Amino acid sequence: MGYLLFQVTLFAYILSTGVYMVYFWSQRKDIRTVARIILIAGGLLHTAYIIVRYFEAGHTPLTNHHEAVSFFAWSMTWGYLSFHWRYNVRNFGTFVSPLITILMLIATFSSREITPLPPALKSAWLPVHASIAIMANGFLALAFCGGIMYLLQERELKKKRFGLFYTRLPSLEALDNLNNHCLAVGFPLLTLGIITGSIWAKQTWGAYWQWDPKETWSLITWFLYAALLHQRFTVGWRGRRAAIMTIVGFSAAMFTLWGVTYLLGGVHSYVG
Amino acid sequence: MSAEKIMILGVNHKTAPVEIRERLAFPNDPGTPYRELSVIPGCDEFCFLSTCNRVEVIFVSSIPQETERKIRDFLFNKSMSYEEAGKYVYLHQGEAAIQHLFRVGASLDSMIVGEPQILGQLKQAYRDATEQNCTGMILNRLLHKGFSVAKRIRTETGIGSSAVSISYAAVELAKKIFGNLKNKRAMLVGAGEMAELAAQHLMNQGVAEVVVANRTFERAVNLARCFNGKAVSLEELIPQLEQVDIMISSTGSPDIILHSSDVKPLMRQRRNRPLFLIDIAVPRDLDPKLNNLDNVYLYGIDDLNNVVDINKAERDKEAVRAERIVTEETLKFMLWLGSMEVTPTIVAIREKADAIRKAELEKTLSGMGHLSDEETKAIEKMTAAMMNKILHHPIVYLKKDDSHKDKKVKLAFIRKLFNLDPDNSE
Repeated sequence: MGYLLFQVTLFAYILSTGVYMVYFWSQRKDIRTVARIILIAGGLLHTAYIIVRYFEAGHTPLTNHHEAVSFFAWSMTWGYLSFHWRYNVRNFGTFVSPLITILMLIATFSSREITPLPPALKSAWLPVHASIAIMANGFLALAFCGGIMYLLQERELKKKRFGLFYTRLPSLEALDNLNNHCLAVGFPLLTLGIITGSIWAKQTWGAYWQWDPKETWSLITWFLYAALLHQRFTVGWRGRRAAIMTIVGFSAAMFTLWGVTYLLGGVHSYVG
Repeated sequence: MSAEKIMILGVNHKTAPVEIRERLAFPNDPGTPYRELSVIPGCDEFCFLSTCNRVEVIFVSSIPQETERKIRDFLFNKSMSYEEAGKYVYLHQGEAAIQHLFRVGASLDSMIVGEPQILGQLKQAYRDATEQNCTGMILNRLLHKGFSVAKRIRTETGIGSSAVSISYAAVELAKKIFGNLKNKRAMLVGAGEMAELAAQHLMNQGVAEVVVANRTFERAVNLARCFNGKAVSLEELIPQLEQVDIMISSTGSPDIILHSSDVKPLMRQRRNRPLFLIDIAVPRDLDPKLNNLDNVYLYGIDDLNNVVDINKAERDKEAVRAERIVTEETLKFMLWLGSMEVTPTIVAIREKADAIRKAELEKTLSGMGHLSDEETKAIEKMTAAMMNKILHHPIVYLKKDDSHKDKKVKLAFIRKLFNLDPDNSE
């Protein structure tokens, strides 16, 4: 049952990505509506999958790589849809949906096996810390997509060669605002993720901070984003520089998620 | 009604330089034209339109030539001879006048084809004229028709959305950079037709303020008035740039007036808000290196031309369609004018009454099949006689010779009473 739901969800995301691509090319509103409906359907199925998985596993399904990445994709989908509901950024979906699909494909190829919960993870902090940290990644990923869109649009405006993106992408100001909005949600979540993790660590290991590689790298990520936001508020950093920083910050976040686990190891390694 | 009684006399950006246009605008007392024009003999109906780019009098007169001469004298305030003024004015009569009005309303005659402001200005001019009781049946219908033609062209063609020109391209780019132009400020440096156009277009898009900087301050003040903006001297250029988001430069200066090194420190004070610089001067006013600064976008005249070329063909196609609509609507209006004579009105009343009579007769007769042919004929005769008796007095009343003005009122009234122009809801 759970696996079937996952497969249908994946299929919906792939289909939605395809339709968004067609929309990007043709710019027909009816096609966009179709893509959006498929994406919403995917998001709902995905939610159902996570709930079913919760009952199948008997604990919060955020303990292995498959579950974490799948939840990451879920956060992106709903983060995107929630932004969409508030304000419209043209063709944002074309950039977000492929990333969601890639995450889901990564989840597909990792082990879906349900293993008993290690004693260290048996805590009420598990759902809180893990979901907040991954949701932060979801919003940072949206900011990353916005950053890429900004750089593409800016490039065409600076070079004065108007190709595929000039007419399709929204204005620089809209993209910059998008970046700001995503970070305004993502950064507090990231902060909260680190704080909850630290409290949990104190309870389990007896120390708030022990310079485990994952902790170190999430702190590096946090500093990158904090620097960006600080510069934005003080000297009005924006535009290209902010977009590049967003992309760098997201790379650090992704290294925290994967690079640390596979290259550096440490106490967090069971997640991932 | 003969269409030859309708005339338009005016000057616009194509026929007269701004110095001449300025003289005809009556900015000090907007009531003057109404007072002066309404006493001109023969000027039965008129409407006075005055914008930045045009001054026009649309009038209906039974002695058009004489009236036109008097109106021209009034417009130029006798500062020029009639013949000399003729170099700057255009005069349209009859069908050509109707067509011209439709083209003006639809923004086909505008400096920026398709700009939406002119329709509002025409509506305001009409409102003023009706408040002063200067319009009558003909102009009421002509102007209302003009508004609906403009609306039709706006919805049926893409003329409004692809009003392509250099200035339009500049605005398009500005929108790609800033999104909404509502709270942005623009600055004109130097005055030239193209710069004014761009500024006008930016105004149409709702920029908050237009600042004008010029070598001669007086010219800056005059131009700023046109945009409700403020004037500054050329020395204030760099400090002003701290506040401004869009700058259009078109000075005659042989040297570069703004260097990359002038703007670089400014960007920090601007908190990196984007700056869009447009250089339409030849030789160039702005340092090409400016484009390398972060959040500064510099476009020269050639860059803008490239943008224009992209959708020039599209615009031409739309304009052709718009002109076709104007021709079609002009013809329709001419038909209506033709019907505004006594004879066609009588014919129309008779036809209408007869149609009602026949319809009712058929309804009644089909319900009573036992009548003989003779009886049927008698009933038919009776209904025809009734119709003629009822219509007799209205028709006699219509045919009675009245003064010219009364006749028009009478015609309009009768046509309304019998609802002969159902599409004319006014």
